[in-house]
Amino acid sequence: MGPKGDEGVQESEDHASAAAAALVAPATLSGTLLRIGFIPLVDCAPLIVAHEKGFAAAEGLRLDLVRETSWANIRDRVALGHFDAAHMLAPMTIAATLGLGHLKAPMVTPFVLNLGGNAIAITTALADAIPGGPGERPLHDPLAAARAFAQAVRTRAKAGAAAPALAMVYPFSGQNYELRYWLAAGGLDPDRDVRMVVVPPPFMVDAMKTGQVDGICVGAPWPSLAVDTGLGAIVGVKSEIWPYAPEKVVGMREAWAERHPSELAALIRALDRAAAWCDDRDNAAELAEMLGRAHYLDVAADVIARSLTHALVTDTGAPAVPVPDYILFHGHGANRPETADALWFASQMLRWGQVTDDPEAVFAAARRSVRPDLYDAALGRGGTARAAGSVAAKGGFALFDGIPFDPADPLGYLARHAVRAAAPGAEPAD
Amino acid sequence: MVDTHLTILVIDENPVRSAILEDGLREAGYENIVRLDTTQELLRRVFAIDPDVILIDLANPSRDVLEQMFQVSRTVKRPVAMFVDQSDTAMIEASVDAGVSAYIVDGLRKERVKPILDMTVSRFNAFDRLARELEQARTELAERKVIERAKGILMKTRGIPEEEAYALLRKTAMNEKKKLVEIAQSVVTAASLLG
Repeated sequence: MGPKGDEGVQESEDHASAAAAALVAPATLSGTLLRIGFIPLVDCAPLIVAHEKGFAAAEGLRLDLVRETSWANIRDRVALGHFDAAHMLAPMTIAATLGLGHLKAPMVTPFVLNLGGNAIAITTALADAIPGGPGERPLHDPLAAARAFAQAVRTRAKAGAAAPALAMVYPFSGQNYELRYWLAAGGLDPDRDVRMVVVPPPFMVDAMKTGQVDGICVGAPWPSLAVDTGLGAIVGVKSEIWPYAPEKVVGMREAWAERHPSELAALIRALDRAAAWCDDRDNAAELAEMLGRAHYLDVAADVIARSLTHALVTDTGAPAVPVPDYILFHGHGANRPETADALWFASQMLRWGQVTDDPEAVFAAARRSVRPDLYDAALGRGGTARAAGSVAAKGGFALFDGIPFDPADPLGYLARHAVRAAAPGAEPAD
Repeated sequence: MVDTHLTILVIDENPVRSAILEDGLREAGYENIVRLDTTQELLRRVFAIDPDVILIDLANPSRDVLEQMFQVSRTVKRPVAMFVDQSDTAMIEASVDAGVSAYIVDGLRKERVKPILDMTVSRFNAFDRLARELEQARTELAERKVIERAKGILMKTRGIPEEEAYALLRKTAMNEKKKLVEIAQSVVTAASLLG
């Protein structure tokens, strides 16, 4: 199925009554160039597909996709206007709006690129201590795995071993918060019992090989590569730790979004169709080949295909096991940014001491940066809210431990978590 | 004016460029300069070196590793922050354009760091210019070789003198609105195909 140039017009008009005031009527753009940065990861797929399969062109857009090497570069080049938009980690727009660690540059999320897609892989030695051997990893039960992992870490500590080093990709990332949440639920303090380090995704497998890290939490296809090379086992997946949670988004300066409503709406419509194409299993082989190309991910297509077909090999040599909804590009209302998710990220920034501002200001920044209104304005009811039946649709949700997150009371949620960063004043000096 | 006691760490996978930068900084009077061209175990090494200023090339994915040091953390002694504040977008723009980023120890006054960044930006730009010129020279040399070979093929197969072979290549290039080297390359390719 190919893109139809007038599809957007048709859809928008059909639902004009539903979102009359907000809907951005498709303008006639002819080849407007948008420069968009991306990091080589499977979840940049909708951007690449929008370009390669003509969905952007059908909206009158030309995409200049620029591969970048670090999230810091992505942030800086969006802030400076080198990029109109970029592939970003979901919490990045909140961090930029708060000015954490950098110049303050309000950024917004009008579109979510995918739900899920991350996995935790640990070295074979540590994985052996977790019940359920090869092929029987309790991926569906992150709490059991977290407790077993905590036990293994404590046993090692008693034997005098150094705290294991665990790698994630960036301080403001789902990976950081998910890994910390998982560790804390198992009874470990991520700031004391383990050493959390940042390693860029393409270096993750090497870092495991050289013994610099004992575990990694990263998006596809890197955990699978760790398994393929015989270094580790996959013991947890994001889709079970926080089901149907946003992972990567399209982020941009708030000012750019305000000044270019037509271009933004066209981009959202193109991405909406590209994301639907990505989710179609019939396209998995073509998508894997496309992403694997040298100028995109430069990774073997069959490794990429595994994550797209929702089946993971958890242990070297073991058969693939199904991981339902491992990565979703479109289903379950994946693409609509939800305020509740942003508030959860903000709560974790507070929990781990990344920000010491007044919590209300942090939550306000989260609300400001997540923009379902821009998504709705582009798609009307053509867009889909998080699917009914999924916990997020009810406004609140819970991670694997069942503690409900009520977006109306994020501080109450934080109070229920015993393990958290010490107050900044209690930080040991030099 | 120059604060010679600052420890400056240069992280650059291009050892030639970082050597050029180190020279410049030494000439300017800075004495404590450490260069890293590999990013293995970066955080630990940065911690051990304990720099006041860190300069890192933007093509280096390990920038994200440094970013972690912004965070409240027990693993590093002193948090590091990018020195540009919000009034300084021109400065950050100049450095990003040059392909370098700077971090400093929290609390270091930026007037002390400005000459370092100015030097870095100008050396990175100069290196970039040199690299481009070198690349251009290489390309020109390669092109000249292809043209020489095409001339030789024409001289041999058509039994014409050198100037005539060259004139023929030029005329064909003009007629087909192509570059001389493209026509020469197709002559070479055709000759190898035809044996």
